[in-house]
Amino acid sequence: MDKILRIDMGAPGGPKVKVDGLGSYAGLGGRALTSMIVATEVDPMANPLGAENKLVIAPGLLSGTAAAMSGRISIGCKSPLTGGIKEANAGGQPAQVLARLGYAAIVLEGNAPEGKLYKVYINKEGVKIEPADDYKMLPNYDLIDKIKASYGDKVACISIGPAGEMKLSAASIACTDMEFRPTRHAGRGGVGAVMGAKGVKVIILDDSGLQNREPKDPEKFREANKKWVDGLRSHSVTGTALPTYGTNVLSNIINESGGFPTRNFKEGKFEGVSAISGETFADIETKRGGNPTHGCHRGCVIRCSGIYVDKNGNYLTKQPEYETVWAHGANCGIDDPDTIAMLDYLDDNYGLDTIDMGAAIGVAMEAGIIPFGDKEGAINLIKEVGKGSYLGRIIGSGAAVTAKVFGVERAPVVKGQAMPAYDPRAIQGIGVTYATSTMGADHTAGYCIATNILKVGGFVDPLKPEGQVELSRNLQIATAAVDSTGMCLFIAFAILDQPETFQALIDMINAFYGLNLDADGVADLGKKVLKAERDFNKKAGFTAAHDRLPKYFYTEKLPPHNVVFQVTDEELDSVFNF
Amino acid sequence: MKLRVKLFATLRNGRFDIKEMELPDECKVLDLIKLLKIDQKDAAIIFINGIHGDFDSLLKENDEVSIFPPVGGG
Ligand code: SF4
Repeated sequence: MDKILRIDMGAPGGPKVKVDGLGSYAGLGGRALTSMIVATEVDPMANPLGAENKLVIAPGLLSGTAAAMSGRISIGCKSPLTGGIKEANAGGQPAQVLARLGYAAIVLEGNAPEGKLYKVYINKEGVKIEPADDYKMLPNYDLIDKIKASYGDKVACISIGPAGEMKLSAASIACTDMEFRPTRHAGRGGVGAVMGAKGVKVIILDDSGLQNREPKDPEKFREANKKWVDGLRSHSVTGTALPTYGTNVLSNIINESGGFPTRNFKEGKFEGVSAISGETFADIETKRGGNPTHGCHRGCVIRCSGIYVDKNGNYLTKQPEYETVWAHGANCGIDDPDTIAMLDYLDDNYGLDTIDMGAAIGVAMEAGIIPFGDKEGAINLIKEVGKGSYLGRIIGSGAAVTAKVFGVERAPVVKGQAMPAYDPRAIQGIGVTYATSTMGADHTAGYCIATNILKVGGFVDPLKPEGQVELSRNLQIATAAVDSTGMCLFIAFAILDQPETFQALIDMINAFYGLNLDADGVADLGKKVLKAERDFNKKAGFTAAHDRLPKYFYTEKLPPHNVVFQVTDEELDSVFNF
Repeated sequence: MKLRVKLFATLRNGRFDIKEMELPDECKVLDLIKLLKIDQKDAAIIFINGIHGDFDSLLKENDEVSIFPPVGGG
């Protein structure tokens, strides 16, 4: 992983490939690398869909090694959804394969001429770029079928669906999983639209003939990896709860806490929760012959995902994540697992962020386009996006645009990006993260739910403003560092509670690279990443006024606790005092 | 006193999802957990009427108690 592959999609005479050394980016991976490249090389005032923007795809520092959980990939650019810097993170196979191919990053630069579409094939011999006109407007599943026919199913793919080709601002980038299905998405911020603007339909990664990356100190690395895996297996969240029920185990608990946003963030409890809970999904998957315990990439030992099959036992989609179940479920007043699974499949197929889609449909329901709870109506709205109708393009541009077009005041967005599955009035820590994250409303950027609700890493009362800024600050710093390792963020549950497991992670990085990093060094990396991202956003025009929740979260009380968001502006402005 | 008790995830195995229970007055959460034969380390998150409680929280008539094992997601 000592080179950067740059492809100028707008070069005269067709795409031009250049392989660079790491230069000043040495020692960076994942989000640290995508954010540093974007912050250094992209004009903050660039149009996100213009030729000046760059799309950076980077595996983590430990991707492509034997380290468990190391297969997450970071995709960065200036976001067409937020107008700020973006890192969207995904699982699937591409991170491991790209790292084994030796690339620390792929950087797509320039824009292909309007109407041109390409595929990029990378193997150990080099890079081949060819026109992909026969892939035009193919949904992700159809695309992957075609690729299977030509390249087999041992490759890994990074692709966009029609939403990305139409450059819609909620378009995602799909990564194929272990079964070579396009189910793992870098969902947030419209990264798919940027890939569409570049004119790249799919990147096909082939690591045949290549081995795992070798550590500098194999003995120490193996030892640390063993402690790492033991730590993850013995923690009750990463060892039992996530494998058994997946992320959707949260539906019941967030609902009980009164912070489960229901019908476009009007209430904090959903009467239909039991029908869409993780317990119910796991039950359905087991009974119908699906699978409730499945990894999104080889080397994952937590295996929070699963396989969802329809009533006849046929594959429908991967086990929908908690965020998806909430977005298309409670937020739309829908309590039917099969409908939610179908919406998950359609989002993946057209290449859309499930969070912004659920939020956009919630807004459309509030506008009266379809009523809350309308299952067929919700499916049809997503199909409209696939068709590219005017209505579909509005929905596919996310909740903020949908609210503007239909005159809905209650748009649950920060910096243009839809809030995920936790109401910031009943869970105030996550409100601090939504308001201040460089990414727009994003739960993963500083997952205060851990400490506000799940009692991991201590406890801070979710209903009170006290202590939330410090909590969010520390988690945002730690997350920026973890996102740079290639590790799945769910390791946080174990490392927040078990210092020896955190140490094992640091030992692995040190043994691999021959470094002497300590916990402070890890925090310093997180701070450096956040500072670069903040700086980019500032130059792109963001001020303190953008680090706020929409006004109604301060004034409209959320039942059942009848609370509003109480963290003051001054406190929000102190999150990045470090 | 009458209570409504809700169990989740693995705590449901061999027990129940939701049940109306009759308990002596002055009961604490810990008494309820012992009665249900739930290991203390398995009762990681406790809500009483949607507010976080702990083993020492005192229960009262018509309370709704929800008990979760250690869980996470995101
Ligand atoms: S824990 Fe879940 S999201 Fe994380 S790597 Fe494993 S399957 Fe993927």
